[in-house]
Amino acid sequence: MADIDIRQVAKRFGNHQALHAVNLTVADGEFVVLLGASGSGKTTLLRIVAGLEKASHGTVIIGGRRVDDLPPRRRGIAMVFQNYAVFPHMTVFDNIGFGLAMQKVPAAEIERRVRRVAELLHIEELLKRYSGQLSGGQRQRVAVARALAVEPAVLLMDEPLSNLDALLRLEMRAELKGVLQESRTTTIYVTHDQVEAMSLADRIAVMHEGRIVQAAPATEVYHHPATRFVGGFIGNPPMNFLPAEREGEGARVAGHLFRDAPAADAALLFGIRPEDLVPAGKGLAGRVRVVEPLGPHQLVTMDLAGHLFRVVLDNDLAVRPGETLTLAPRPGRVRWFDADSGVSLTQTTQPEPATGA
Amino acid sequence: MTSLATTEAEAPARAEPRRSGRLLMASAVAVLVAWVLVPIYLLVVNAFGSVAAVSAWPKSLVPEFDLSSLAFFANYAGVPRALLNSFLVAGLTMVMSIGLGAPAGYALARFRFPGANLFRLAVLMTRAFPLPLLALPLTVLFIRVGLDDTIIGLALVHTTLAMPFAVLIMASLFLSIPEELEEAAWTLGCSRLSAFRKVVLPLALPGIAAAGIFAFVISWNEVFAAAVLTIENKTLTAFLLQSLDVSPLPLKFAGGAVLIVPALLFLFAVRKYLFSLWGIANR
Amino acid sequence: MLRLASGEKVLSYVLILPASLFLAAFFFVPFVQVVVEAFTGEEGFTLAHFRTMADDWKFGPALANTLGLALVVVPVQITLALVMASLVTRLERGRDMVLYVFTIPLGISDLAAGLIWFALLEQNGFLNSILYGLGLISGPQNLLDYRNTAALFAAVVVAEVWRATAIVLVILVAGMGLIPKEYDEAAEVFGAGPLKRFFLITLPLLRPSLQTALILRTILAFEVFAVVAVLAGNNLPVLMGETYSWQFDLQDHKVASAYAIVILAISLAFTVFFLWALRDRTREAAA
Repeated sequence: MADIDIRQVAKRFGNHQALHAVNLTVADGEFVVLLGASGSGKTTLLRIVAGLEKASHGTVIIGGRRVDDLPPRRRGIAMVFQNYAVFPHMTVFDNIGFGLAMQKVPAAEIERRVRRVAELLHIEELLKRYSGQLSGGQRQRVAVARALAVEPAVLLMDEPLSNLDALLRLEMRAELKGVLQESRTTTIYVTHDQVEAMSLADRIAVMHEGRIVQAAPATEVYHHPATRFVGGFIGNPPMNFLPAEREGEGARVAGHLFRDAPAADAALLFGIRPEDLVPAGKGLAGRVRVVEPLGPHQLVTMDLAGHLFRVVLDNDLAVRPGETLTLAPRPGRVRWFDADSGVSLTQTTQPEPATGA
Repeated sequence: MTSLATTEAEAPARAEPRRSGRLLMASAVAVLVAWVLVPIYLLVVNAFGSVAAVSAWPKSLVPEFDLSSLAFFANYAGVPRALLNSFLVAGLTMVMSIGLGAPAGYALARFRFPGANLFRLAVLMTRAFPLPLLALPLTVLFIRVGLDDTIIGLALVHTTLAMPFAVLIMASLFLSIPEELEEAAWTLGCSRLSAFRKVVLPLALPGIAAAGIFAFVISWNEVFAAAVLTIENKTLTAFLLQSLDVSPLPLKFAGGAVLIVPALLFLFAVRKYLFSLWGIANR
Repeated sequence: MLRLASGEKVLSYVLILPASLFLAAFFFVPFVQVVVEAFTGEEGFTLAHFRTMADDWKFGPALANTLGLALVVVPVQITLALVMASLVTRLERGRDMVLYVFTIPLGISDLAAGLIWFALLEQNGFLNSILYGLGLISGPQNLLDYRNTAALFAAVVVAEVWRATAIVLVILVAGMGLIPKEYDEAAEVFGAGPLKRFFLITLPLLRPSLQTALILRTILAFEVFAVVAVLAGNNLPVLMGETYSWQFDLQDHKVASAYAIVILAISLAFTVFFLWALRDRTREAAA
C-alpha cells in the first residue's frame, strides 16, 4: 500500500512535448482514472510511473520513495497491459506465479497465492492452460490475477478492457470493480472510455494535450467541468456551447437573456448539458432538425441561432422535425466559461481537491 | 469431396468452367512437381546403384539399393575429410551468424537509435554484391594472419554471406514478439537480462534455430569461396568441384546425393519459417 | 518501440558493434582491396590487368555467355515462378506439401544441381536411356558435346531454371501473402476474369517483390559458376569461372580482381536499373 506523488513530470519525444509538467497525487488505496483521447499523454504518464519510460523532467514518488532512477522491478508496482501480455510459452499458473517466482517466494507459498487470486478471478479451471487456449476475457483475468498475485503497493492498468467486446467489457468492469474494492490497492487506470472511467474511479484525471485539465470525482467532472474541453469531452452527447453577449449584469444567449451571468471581465461562453433542458414557454428557441428515439429518451438535434444544439427529452413529448422548440435550463445547471481560455467561471459546489504540489 | 461441394454451392453459376479449370490446374501442378522431383529421384537412383550400374547402358529407372557407389565415395581419398570440413565450416558459420546477428537484430527491433538506418542499409547493401568474390582479397589477408586454408577462415567468409540474412531475420523475429511481454516481465521483477532469458528467448528460439539452419545451408552449399580459399582443408563442394575432371561417375553422383541430403533435411525443418523469413528479409 | 534513456542507446550500440565490426572487416575492407588490387601494379595505378583480361580470348565469350545466360534464365524463372505461385495460392488442398516440393531446389547448391542434371544429360544418362527405351534413338547421343556451344548453353539454362526458380517463388509467394485478398475480390465483383485480375491487380501490387526477386536473381545469375563447371567444363566460359581460373589455376589474383570488378560493376548497374525501372510511381505524381 502506498500513495503516489507525481511532481512536475514532463516528457519530450524529439520535437513533441508529450507531457507538460504534470502534477497528480493519488492517495493510499485510491482509484484514479487517467481519462483522455489517444495522444493526450495518459499512457505516457502511466509508463513513467511504471518505470517503462523515463521522464524528461520531474519526479515520481511512490510510498514516500523517489523512484525516478529505479527500474520497474524495484518500484513495488504491478501492471496490466492493454494486450494483456500473458506469456504465451507458460501456463496460466506459471504466468500468475511469475512475479512471485522472481521474488524467490517458496513454491508452496506461490501455489497458495496463485490459487487464491485465481479463485478471486474465477479462473481456477484454467491454471493448466496456455495463453493460446484462452479467450480474450480469460486472458484479461489472467493478466489481472498476475498483477494482483504479487500484492503490489501500486497497481497500474493500461486500457485493460479496451480489447474486449462490449458485453464482456461491461461484465469485466463490474467484476474488476468488485475485486479491486476488496484489495484496496492504490490504482492508476488509463482509459479513453468515459463510462468506464465514471464507473470505476474514485477520482478522474482528465488529460488533454499533455496536461491534466481536471482531477476530481466523477460527478464533479461531469457536472462541473473545469474547462470547455472537459465539458465537450465528457458526456454523450457532449455539453452544448453557445456564444453569449454580456448585457448589464446578465448575458444574452441566442436572443434569451440570462440574468445571473458571472461578473468577470472575460468574454462569455454559455454551456448546458443536453439533459438539463426542459420545454418551456420562453427560453432558447430553435428549429428541430432530427429526432432520434433512444429507448428511454429521445435525442433531439436542433438548429439554435445557427448552432448545432442537442437535447435529451422524455419520450412522451411529441417532437417532429421542422417544429420550433423552446427550452429552458433546469435550475442551477447553466455553466459559464471564459470564451477565450475555456476555463469555467462557475463556482463548484465542493472545494476543488488538491491536484498535487 | 466436401470442399468441392461447398465451393460449388457458393458459386453455382461458375461450377462448370471451374471443373475444367480445376483439372487443368491439377495437371499443371503435377507436371511442375514432377519437374522438381524427377531429377532428384534420378540422382538418388544413381547414388543407390552399383558402380557398374551407374555406367551401364541403358540405365534402369529403378534404384537397386546397392550401397557400393556410396561406399566407393566414402572410401575415396579425401572424401571423409572434406565431409567433416563441410560440417565444421557450416557449423561455425551458423554459430557466428547467430552470435553476431541476434544481438544486432534485437537492437534493430527494439531500439530507435541514431545510425540504426545506416546499419540496416549497410546490411542490405551486402546483398547487392556478389559476395563470394570477396574471397579473392581475403586469400591474401588470410595468408598474412595465418588463416589461409583453414576452416575458420572459410567460415568467416561464409558468415559474411549468411549474417546479413541472420540480422534481418532476427530483427523481424524479435519484432514479432510483443514488447509488452518484455515490459510485463520487467514489472514482475525481471531485469532486462532475465526478462530476455525467461520471456524473449523461449519465444524466439524456434525462429533463431531456423535462421541458424539457413546459415548452415548457405555455407554448406557455397562453392566459389570454398574452392578459392581451401587447398588442403577442402570442403565437400570444393573437393567435388576440383575433382570434376578426374573423378569417376559414381563418385560424382554419390557426392551430389550426399551434398543434397543435409540441405533437404534442414529445409524441411525450416519450411514453416521459409516464407515469413523471406517475406520480411526482402522488404 | 522503446524511446528510453542514454543507457539504452549505449546498449543498442553494444549490440550492433560485433556485427558492424565484422562487416567492416570482412565486407568493406575486402571490397576496397579488390578495387585496389585490380587497379594497381608495380608503379601505382594501372589498367594493365584489365588489358590482360580483355586481351584474353576467353573474356569476350565469358562476358557474352554470362549476360546471355542471365538474359535467358531470369525472365524464364520469373515467369515460371509466377505460374507456380498463382497455382499454389489457388490450391485448396495439399498447398503446404506442393509448396515444400516447389522450394526443395532452394536447399540444393549449384554444384549439386549441376551434378543432378549431369546425371540426366550425360552420354549414358537417363534422358538418353528414356529416349532409347521409347525407341526414339538408336544409341547413346552425346548431348553435352563440347563442340556444340548451343547445347551446353541450353543445358546450363535448364539446370539454372530448375535450381533457382525456387528462390523467386519464395519471394513472390511471400509478397502475394502481403496483398490483401479484398483487392482481388473487389476486381472480381466488378467483373474481371482470372487473367485480367492477375495482370491488372496481382502483378502491379507484386511490384516490390518482383523488384527484389529480379535484383537478387540477376546478381546470382552473374555468379553462375558451378553448374557451368559441371555441365560444360571449360567449353562454356563464364565470368565467375574465369575469375576462378585466373585466381586458382593461373595464380594471378590481379587479373582475377579485374574480373571481380567487372562482375561487381555489372551487378551494380543492373541493381540500379531495376531500382529505377520498378520504382514506386504511385508516389511520384504528387511531387
